[in-house]
Amino acid sequence: MSLHRFTWHRFAAVVRKEFIQMRRDRMTFGMMVGIPFLQLILFGFAINTDPHTLPTVVVANDTSPMARSLVGAMRASEYFDLTRPGPQTDAEARQALKRGRVQFILTIPEHFGRDLVQGIRPALLLEADASDPMAIGNAVSALRGIMDQAWERDLQGPLDYLRRPPPPADLRVHRVFNPEGETVFNVVPGLIGVILTMTLILITALAITREKERGTMEHLLASPVRPLEVMTGKIVPYIVVGYIQIVIVLLAARFIFQVPMVGSIPLLLILAPLFMACNLAVGITFSTIARNQLQAVQMSFFFFLPSILLSGFMFPYRGMPEWAQAVGALLPLTHFLPIVRGILLKGNGLPEVLPHVWALLVFLAVILSIGLKRYRQTLD
Amino acid sequence: MGLAGVRAVSALAPVIDVQGVTKRFDDRTVVDRVDLRVERGEIYGFLGPNGSGKTTFIRMLCGLLTPDAGSGTCLGFDLLREQREIRLHVGYMTQRFSLYDDLTVRENLDFVGRLYDVPRRNEMVDEELVELGLTTRQHQLAGTLSGGWKQRLALSACLLHRPRLLLLDEPTAGVDPQARRDFWEKIHDLATKGLTVLISTHYMDEAERCHRLAYLAYGHLLTHGTADDIIRESRLCTWQVDGPGVAQIAGDLRRLPAVTQVAAFGTGLHVSGTDAAALERDTAPFHRAPWRWSRTDSGLEDVFIHLMQSVPDNATREKKKET
Ligand SMILES: Nc1ncnc2c1ncn2[C@@H]1O[C@H](COP(=O)(O)OP(=O)(O)OP(=O)(O)O)[C@@H](O)[C@H]1O
Ligand SMILES: [Mg+2]
Repeated sequence: MSLHRFTWHRFAAVVRKEFIQMRRDRMTFGMMVGIPFLQLILFGFAINTDPHTLPTVVVANDTSPMARSLVGAMRASEYFDLTRPGPQTDAEARQALKRGRVQFILTIPEHFGRDLVQGIRPALLLEADASDPMAIGNAVSALRGIMDQAWERDLQGPLDYLRRPPPPADLRVHRVFNPEGETVFNVVPGLIGVILTMTLILITALAITREKERGTMEHLLASPVRPLEVMTGKIVPYIVVGYIQIVIVLLAARFIFQVPMVGSIPLLLILAPLFMACNLAVGITFSTIARNQLQAVQMSFFFFLPSILLSGFMFPYRGMPEWAQAVGALLPLTHFLPIVRGILLKGNGLPEVLPHVWALLVFLAVILSIGLKRYRQTLD
Repeated sequence: MGLAGVRAVSALAPVIDVQGVTKRFDDRTVVDRVDLRVERGEIYGFLGPNGSGKTTFIRMLCGLLTPDAGSGTCLGFDLLREQREIRLHVGYMTQRFSLYDDLTVRENLDFVGRLYDVPRRNEMVDEELVELGLTTRQHQLAGTLSGGWKQRLALSACLLHRPRLLLLDEPTAGVDPQARRDFWEKIHDLATKGLTVLISTHYMDEAERCHRLAYLAYGHLLTHGTADDIIRESRLCTWQVDGPGVAQIAGDLRRLPAVTQVAAFGTGLHVSGTDAAALERDTAPFHRAPWRWSRTDSGLEDVFIHLMQSVPDNATREKKKET
């Protein structure tokens, strides 16, 4: 039996024990599954991510029937509110957008109707105030739908061919004030990271402090089990829990929030445990420092706040001041968000997300070594 | 268990051999230069009042605390540098129950068996369950066991890996008399097979079952040896006083200079002093009816109370004044 090295049988013993204890602790297990639902409801429903009647100005440089059909269809939809006594000139319109009085400016170019009928796909410019990205995402997609139907009656007979894709006009969305143009879909994939951070750190922060408080640490320390075996043995079962949480959020994202998923889910599932391990290691390190379970909880929240605020989950990362970005860069969530969003929304593959994977690996190595250093092998 | 880490120790070498072991917690010396030698196969009783440092000393033996000073060997391994090897061959039963409340009896034993990589683990666990009469309760959560059963479970958990030294910290606190007898039979049985046992206790009847004893008070090792040695060395002589209203004269007797202690003993009193002649002279006025005086052997309890009172500790000094 090896005294000085990591051994699988002792590691496996700890893993087994943790699983049994987890199964018995229904309350905690329920919370781990319940928290994703709660957050999905809070972030997904309660915070309205699909606002309607957004104030819109149309700068019409063309008065053809085509232009009028489009405006009429927009008026009929609930997404755009065209009734505001709006600014007439370009400059006025831009000023209104800047002040936040209107959300959109739609510019219909000269000769729009003529060009459309000739099949040369005139450009429609939609300028959107994207400082609140959640506000505009659905309206923009709605506009594409509106365009499909607006000219249904106008494009009959010989023009019928224009009703086939691509649409007869080219909608160009220009997001101002937040060029990244994050959409509502950013939130739900981001929730995967937030939920994992929140629950996994907390649960493991409690894991070792609980052993201390209950006195079972004394028995564990008196046995030949090594610190790395205890730490990794406590991490692995919760990776399984983390997977359950990911699946819950992914299913909700797909079927409740209709988040488009263009990327490779298997790639996400392969990279996710790395992020989970980072959080679990943070939790375990906290628990080696905390004297009791209350302190462990407090430390978890202390870590949780900057993770939410500075990681790019709440506010666009590039919009933050530099010092905040620097702090954010130290947090695992900051690196996981581009991974999960990149894969799900942009269809990123491994090469694109690799820099963030490295960052997570470094983070994990640093935190694990701090934790191992802090883990006391005696009761002194 | 593999053989790695087992050191060939001559059968004659002491299992525990430490000198000058000291432990301080924030400037307070809790264990003060303790020397201890325990031979193979010996049952060594460790006695002392609450807070005297028994648990602290035992924890230093099994590597849970690092001594501030002192040296020595435990099972032939260096106390300071080979704590890990020591852990492998020691069965340590903590004073407070330290198994998992939310695992069943069997799961707890199984976990310990896995940690130590016990060969034929399932069989060993079965045997241990039968041995301790826990078979019918093997699927009960350990947290729901009664106190005495928890003690028994804790004992089997520290025997599972067949240690060569048992460190038992008050293993029979709260255990009923029958179970206590079974327990001691088992300990003696193990000792004859060569296992060494260091056991802390507050019970005098248990002290008498040990081969040798050590008495620790406020960190100092006051005396050690067999029960007879300890009693003889104390040179304490004791009178048994019986009769009606004997309790009323206890206060008067206590004030006599030659009397070091007066203790209620059944319906009578034990009156002790270190100077036999002076004791007889001073108590003479009370040697009359209705009280009956007779010489008796000093018991371990008399000796230990006597020892405790002779230690310069503030807490005890104050206690002595009160009485
Ligand atoms: N971790 C610690 N930090 C500070 N002081 C401690 C610590 N552990 C023990 N002590 C102190 O050391 C002294 C000896 O404690 P110890 O537990 O060794 O006594 P004991 O002989 O086992 O007592 P008991 O018979 O009540 O179990 C006590 O005064 C206790 O308060
Ligand atoms: Mg104690």
